[in-house]
Amino acid sequence: MANEISTGKVDRPALVVAALLLGSAGLVAYDASKQTIISTYGVGPTAMPYVVCVGLIILGLAHLVVAFREGIPKPEPADNVALVWITAGLIGLVACIALGGGFILATAIIFACTARGFGRRALLVDTVIGLVLGVAIFLVFSKLLTLSMPSGPLEHLF
Amino acid sequence: MDTFLALLNGFSVAFEPSKLLFCLVGVFLGTAVGVLPGIGPALTVALLLPVTFKLDPAGSLIMFAGIYYGGMYGGSTTAILLNAPGESASLATALEGSKMAKAGRGGPALATAAIGSFVAGLIATIGLTFLAPWLVQIAVQFGPWDYFALMILAFVTVSATFGDSPLRGLTSLFIGIGFGLIGIDKLTGQARLTFGVPELLNGIEVTTLAVGLFAVGEALYVASKRFREPEEIVPIRGSLWMNKQDWKRSWAPWLRGTAFGFPIGALPAGGAEVPTFLSYSTEKKLCKYPEEFGKGAIEGVAGPEAANNAAAAGVLVPLLTLGLPTSATAAIMLAGFQQYGLNPGPLLFAEKPDLVWGLIASLFIANVMLVILNLPLIGLWVRLLAIPQPWLYAGILVFATMGTLAVNPSPVELSMLFLFGYLGYLMRRYDYPVAPMVVGLILGPMAEAQLRRALQISLGDPMILLENPISATLLGIAFLALVAPFVMKGLDKFKAAED
Repeated sequence: MANEISTGKVDRPALVVAALLLGSAGLVAYDASKQTIISTYGVGPTAMPYVVCVGLIILGLAHLVVAFREGIPKPEPADNVALVWITAGLIGLVACIALGGGFILATAIIFACTARGFGRRALLVDTVIGLVLGVAIFLVFSKLLTLSMPSGPLEHLF
Repeated sequence: MDTFLALLNGFSVAFEPSKLLFCLVGVFLGTAVGVLPGIGPALTVALLLPVTFKLDPAGSLIMFAGIYYGGMYGGSTTAILLNAPGESASLATALEGSKMAKAGRGGPALATAAIGSFVAGLIATIGLTFLAPWLVQIAVQFGPWDYFALMILAFVTVSATFGDSPLRGLTSLFIGIGFGLIGIDKLTGQARLTFGVPELLNGIEVTTLAVGLFAVGEALYVASKRFREPEEIVPIRGSLWMNKQDWKRSWAPWLRGTAFGFPIGALPAGGAEVPTFLSYSTEKKLCKYPEEFGKGAIEGVAGPEAANNAAAAGVLVPLLTLGLPTSATAAIMLAGFQQYGLNPGPLLFAEKPDLVWGLIASLFIANVMLVILNLPLIGLWVRLLAIPQPWLYAGILVFATMGTLAVNPSPVELSMLFLFGYLGYLMRRYDYPVAPMVVGLILGPMAEAQLRRALQISLGDPMILLENPISATLLGIAFLALVAPFVMKGLDKFKAAED
């Protein structure tokens, strides 16, 4: 590992973190500069953002230095198929809620996709389990805790 | 004697049937969720927080106390039987505990962990009972500058001093403080960093950030490397009970672990990892059978597990008396208080003595319930461990989204939850700690408010922070704690160069 560093290789992830930190610092500073009301005594609503901004700049520069030295810890290779399945489940869930599909359907989607992402090959069975789980949680919430969950066609049956 | 009366009054609150039920539910849920691999007490509290916001404050706070203690017990079961500690504070327990389980001594390991937790929890809760009123009397005299200095100290110790890398800890902290800026500024009513999104005006919910980072982030992380970690549950063979020898070797480590855990947990520095490792190394040195360490020495389970629980009770001292959270779990518990419009601190002791002392009394009750419940139910907990991983994490994601949907069923809030999930995944992947971010989010706005209050009193003169002895001392310690790891790293390098 140590030999890799001395060959002058730059740690890409550390560079990306540095860029993101510096970018966020710029964003915070820009937002603070647009504030119109400045407090009379002491510090106003812009002081803390500028403190955060300075902190982010220092941390960004530190990451820049680290990128050319030891870098940040190298991760193991990731199983991207699993990540894609779970991401699909999460997007499906948001879409289901946004389009009025209701809580129970959304639960079934996230349950089945996550289980698939973790390597199960029984999408249909898992969807049914997700539906049952969704119904159970919905009933507990609406009857026991009197919290209303987002409703779709399935929820109106109860 | 005032403390005794207050505590007695607290017990009269905690012994109401409904409160006992809340406590039992909390203890049970806490242990059950705490047993699940990969879920620590922080996530347990965050997952259940949104569900309880329609319940009465005293009842649900008592439930959270039960969950908090229960989560600690549950975590040790996972650490011993699965060698998969759910949080860094159980790492030391897993070292010897899993070896004992493999050697067929899982029963005594679980027993010494449970009884040690009980002893430590009891002593530490007594410590909390007597330390809290005393600290409250000091805290009443604190000015905003002192609070500000305390918070700076907590920032530094949570993120820089105890992590692997101060740089990555501070990065996590500052992003958290940055998230804390989002929303309407309380003093001038101006929107900050909301970019015209109305959902952001109220700021980022602590629970959304915590559930995203801990639950969604953990699920993504485990999924991304699922081929790498075949985990095996070690079945419990033989007797569950400790023999005479086990008792003899356990009691002193319990007490020493408590002596490490409670004071360190109660410091505004907080954290349970340090006392557990201190206890582990102490027991290793003092043990009469040093050759057993690394092969399953009971002292190595008894000490760290007691330290862990004592520290957990210790963390409640700054949380209740100063409103200062020093761990991710405490930060989420603080969010729980705020959900009911309650602000922990000296005023709460004066205004709502029933609630505070009821809570402290219920900690004693929770502790007793745990030791009675846990050993007989060990079979149930082991069965929970056997849930197939796909269903376990699918269920975790369902529960993670459930809380958000119940409170704020907007696609924007859900998307934020998932973005925080990816952030948590990337942070785990590149070894950034997530707890400082949660602490930064909740403590950042509080520190800002105290600083602005201090500077309003001093008419804008920042020297007020250094002119007061308490705040000056605290800031001095914070500065030392910030610089120390860098200096020591520099010394290490210097030494390495000399070699």
